[in-house]
Amino acid sequence: MSATQEQPTTKKFGKGERTIPAASQKASKYYPTDDDPKPKQVRKTIRPTKLRQSLQPGTVLILLAGRFRGKRVVLLKHLGQGVLLVTGPFKVNGVPLRRVNARYVIATQTRVDLKGVVDEKVLEKVSVEGYFTADKESNKAGEDAFFKQGEKPAPKQVSSGRAEDQKAVDQKLLAALKKTPMLIDLLGSTFSLRKGDRPHEMVF
Amino acid sequence: MGDATVVTSSWRLVEVGRVVLFAGGPYDGRLAAIVEIIDHKRVLIDGPSASADKVVPRHSAALAGLSLTPIVIPKLPRAIGNAGLKTKWNEAQVEKTFAESAWAKTRARKDKRKTLNDFERYKVMRLQKQKRFAEKVALAKVRASA
Repeated sequence: MSATQEQPTTKKFGKGERTIPAASQKASKYYPTDDDPKPKQVRKTIRPTKLRQSLQPGTVLILLAGRFRGKRVVLLKHLGQGVLLVTGPFKVNGVPLRRVNARYVIATQTRVDLKGVVDEKVLEKVSVEGYFTADKESNKAGEDAFFKQGEKPAPKQVSSGRAEDQKAVDQKLLAALKKTPMLIDLLGSTFSLRKGDRPHEMVF
Repeated sequence: MGDATVVTSSWRLVEVGRVVLFAGGPYDGRLAAIVEIIDHKRVLIDGPSASADKVVPRHSAALAGLSLTPIVIPKLPRAIGNAGLKTKWNEAQVEKTFAESAWAKTRARKDKRKTLNDFERYKVMRLQKQKRFAEKVALAKVRASA
């Protein structure tokens, strides 16, 4: 509606004059049949996520979901919103620097002291939002992909920056892990339930 | 007719002086002696252990919840009192003999295994493997020389 239409118009009747409000400004002829809808009262507040006490950096975790389920990994950092930054280390069990949901993880009592072990600068760089998603191609199968179906897909290129960061994080960590006998072997093994295992009664 | 030799059965009997082990319930894993047999299902029981967390107070217990151990306190008078039982119990070295039995050791091992954490379980698995391997090697050596 244009502004001119909203203006009340003034009309002259003989000696007097009267201003007539625009149609849109006029009071409704009828009472509304429904009550005014009230916005729903919000009973939740946004709070920073509070993770389990057992999820301290350096803890050995068991991943429960995703491509690396069953693998034991080392927790490096909290990324906020219930997301954890973990590493295999890559050389030990093939798990790269990776974000995982804290809910899909078992924290064990085994812990590595990360003091002076992990390069803070690299961690900062890795935990910046978008680090993991920046050079991710969209997964949508387009027209191009349709015509290339017969051909072999090009091998996935890991950007060199990621590989370097991985090495920078893992190198010192591996040295620290070596100090405890059998710990590296533990990280190389996968967790699974065997006959007679009762996960609710097990201590991790 | 040939000669028949009659041999008494070597079953563990429910008898006064028999030491029993609680299987479940509030006194799970504790030892007590049968002091009196009430009927075919229940016995009067008393466990006068020196350590407070192993004591079984004198009460009537169902035999269904008990396991008979091979230990019997010899010549225990029927319905002996707690103090009297205590001296007899110590004389017979009930707890020591039971702790040395294979049964007690298995129980202890099972309990210990339950409390192990993930890493410790892994270590146990690895050490078991090493043990098995060493045994295999030793056996192969013996076989080769024989």
